[in-house]
Amino acid sequence: MRVEQVGTSPARVGGIDRVTGHQKYVADLRMPGLLHAKLVTLPCARARLRAIDTRAALGAPGVRLVLSASDLPLPMPRFGPQWEDRPVLAVDETKYHGEPVAIVAAETKELAEQAARLVRVDYEELPPVFTLPGALAPDAPLVQDPSLRPGDPLANTNVLREHRVEWGDWSKVTAEAVVENTYTFPMVTHFAIEPHAFMAAPDGDGIAVWSSIQHPNWLQKVLSKILDLPLSKVRVYAPDPGGAFGGKQHAKLEPIVAFAALRAGRPVRLVLSLEQTFQAVRRASCEVHVRTGLRRDGRIAFQDVRADYLIGAYADIADRVVGKGSYPAAGPYNVPVVRIRARSILSHTTPSTAFRGFGNPQVNWAVESNLDEGARQLGLDRLEIRLRNLAHKGDAFIPFDTPADGDWAQSVRKAAQLIGWSKSLPPHRGRGIAVGIKSGPTTGLSYSVVRLLADGSVVVFAGTSDMGQGARTVLAQIAAHELGAPLDWVAVVMGDTAIVPYDQQTSASRSTVLMGNSVLHACRSIQAQLKAMAARLHKVSEAEVEVEEGRVRLPGRELPVVEVLKAGLGAMGGELIGVGEMRKDADPKHPLRGAPAFFEFNCTAVEAEVDEDTGDVTIVKHVTVSDVGKSLNPLQVTMQDEGAAIQGLGHTLMEHYIYDERGRIRNLGAIDYRIPTSMDLPLELHSEAVENLDGPGPYGSKGMSEGALLCVAAAVGAAVSEATGVVIRDLPLTPERVWRALRDRR
Amino acid sequence: MSETLSITMTVNGRRRTVDVEVHHTLLDVLRDDLQLTGTKECCLVGECGACTVMLNGRTVDSCLVLAVEADGGEITTVEGLSQGGDLSALQRAFLEKGAVQCGFCTPGQLISAHALLKENPHPSVPEIQEALAGNLCRCACYEQLTDAVLAAAEEQGK
Repeated sequence: MRVEQVGTSPARVGGIDRVTGHQKYVADLRMPGLLHAKLVTLPCARARLRAIDTRAALGAPGVRLVLSASDLPLPMPRFGPQWEDRPVLAVDETKYHGEPVAIVAAETKELAEQAARLVRVDYEELPPVFTLPGALAPDAPLVQDPSLRPGDPLANTNVLREHRVEWGDWSKVTAEAVVENTYTFPMVTHFAIEPHAFMAAPDGDGIAVWSSIQHPNWLQKVLSKILDLPLSKVRVYAPDPGGAFGGKQHAKLEPIVAFAALRAGRPVRLVLSLEQTFQAVRRASCEVHVRTGLRRDGRIAFQDVRADYLIGAYADIADRVVGKGSYPAAGPYNVPVVRIRARSILSHTTPSTAFRGFGNPQVNWAVESNLDEGARQLGLDRLEIRLRNLAHKGDAFIPFDTPADGDWAQSVRKAAQLIGWSKSLPPHRGRGIAVGIKSGPTTGLSYSVVRLLADGSVVVFAGTSDMGQGARTVLAQIAAHELGAPLDWVAVVMGDTAIVPYDQQTSASRSTVLMGNSVLHACRSIQAQLKAMAARLHKVSEAEVEVEEGRVRLPGRELPVVEVLKAGLGAMGGELIGVGEMRKDADPKHPLRGAPAFFEFNCTAVEAEVDEDTGDVTIVKHVTVSDVGKSLNPLQVTMQDEGAAIQGLGHTLMEHYIYDERGRIRNLGAIDYRIPTSMDLPLELHSEAVENLDGPGPYGSKGMSEGALLCVAAAVGAAVSEATGVVIRDLPLTPERVWRALRDRR
Repeated sequence: MSETLSITMTVNGRRRTVDVEVHHTLLDVLRDDLQLTGTKECCLVGECGACTVMLNGRTVDSCLVLAVEADGGEITTVEGLSQGGDLSALQRAFLEKGAVQCGFCTPGQLISAHALLKENPHPSVPEIQEALAGNLCRCACYEQLTDAVLAAAEEQGK
């Protein structure tokens, strides 16, 4: 038996099902008596609902159920991770283009679709707000009913919250150069290739719900409350999502599908179209005003950042995105004086939510680009100015927060070397280098159960969702490593709240660290039981036995775990069970209610070529270096790093929602929107990991799935500026935008 | 009113006769009538490549082909790539090179790559990138997809 060590790259656990077509996503599940659901939506963003007539739809062939607001409990149940503001179905007013006003369930998808067209909605279109100036105008209509925020002084505005972070003494500031600019970041969407899918079925005196969701336990809580059922009667199945990127974190349409299933007394499934997925989730757009003060030698004297994030019609987790994403806006630098103000501003648009990078790429684009402007103004090298200001390991670069937890300069130097920073450039080429930092999870609670079965094989129960990041493989590697099982003898059970213990969530690149530690603790508990077993069998004291990495060490000899296990369990057989817990409690004194478990640090360097006739930007070389602590699975680390980098090229070069004058998204779809394809890649892409075993996760690991996205825009923007001499402060850098900027160049 | 027609197709080497609604797509019939859910549904307008299958030796977006157009045709879906329970060289390479993350686009990628290698057993990197350009991967393991196709080509050439 070969022990699969961590730090190797075995084939993905669950990989065979993915290459044979046997992996079952929510839309692939078959269930007898299944009804198919379709949503009824309006062709406008905001409307007053006068009446909904469902009679014709109910009379249509094959239709079993139609629900609109008047068929649901009143007051309308509402839910949301921060404010309980999202109604199960729109009531009185729709607040964004695509918000459902009714749901139809029928025997086939087509019958449901036909009947959905027969639902007559009497409505009056109202003027929406879908831009920052529109939402902030003194006479702007209020997106949220102020009664949802009792006692909040901002309740009569569209500002949901304002977050402030400040440190240092402004009276002591000396700055020889002050650079002040405004940058914008577009609305972009997750575009997981699996459209969101939901299914629900009555389950005895409770309910079973299937969702391609990242946080099954959150969903269970939401449904328990809305349906007034105990947690034990709400069983959430979370089949591996077909991509999520933050867009599948929190409940969206599960509650209405659950109501439909309970009313129909039959299973009901709703699969969104790609267009509906675009209307369901997005990243907040943002306008960032930055004032950077610099000393003549390039040291940063102060950072003053004002960021307005345009969130959607319901809060979802968007305000947390704003608060947490903007918190490290001053970057991984020692900055003596900092003021950061960030506002979440409601609008009649698709609710924005978590998206890889969690509110940080927006401010990173601005602050890193502004630092480059400062360097240009002072005649300093853009690499040098970063190295001069970068926090050293242990520096309290954000007061009262987790100190710098890596040798970040190492990543920067490596990226500079790989891009060939000081080499001369041909015409129309430029280079950019930028750094990004993101706070990891601030709280967490992950339980796990590990069972060492009588033959030495292992079952791990972990509530993480494997949405492609490869958590199943990494958790299996940890258990295999600790308990001496070959990797293909380890099964990982996820995605069923009835049998898998509680996990808070799969987000913030936490799972390797938090669930990984939980699984490690469960394995350590089994190792303690093996130790007692070995002492008993070999008549030695427990102090004389050591169990690690799948081996049992006795005085003078060493045995594999499985041998001790079999002898210890004896003829009756049985198993050893370990329970793991990893808890990171909230800190009420911290502005984020907890200091991050780790930082994700990344340095990205690019070389770009600009075609001055067309404005087209080619990424000639893209280097990403992430500080990962330890690569438990180097191939998966590279895949996550490159995946984040390419996703970052999406919002940098091509992706953005286009709205019409009535607040409707006009580019719903893969061609009109545009995400990177195999033809849009950098000509060369290098991903490197810095490993100093200095993370809080198993074997010194850190989370790393988002870092390589954070500063792509700033690095590319800088390269385009160097190539053309033109500075562009709005994303994406589409050929049209670049071409226009070149045309206007004086 | 819906109308049905009986069609016969060879799907993954097996003859199948199905009564299909005339307006149903090949994707509908594969997934709903034949229970071959390996072929995925995403954009339904031929833009994402998730539903790619081979029809008579060519790749098609099965969401854009009416099932009746496939009458008499020969179809290969992801379920037909492994022979006798053994993974094909391409499927193995996808796993070994890390070309699979969430897996949702994987069936379409595999079919496009399979069709490419049938037509061109030793493709260059740009040829691979062009052949897979219609298959979106939001996890963006494009580099690994290219590596996997190169590795499978080498393996098959042995």
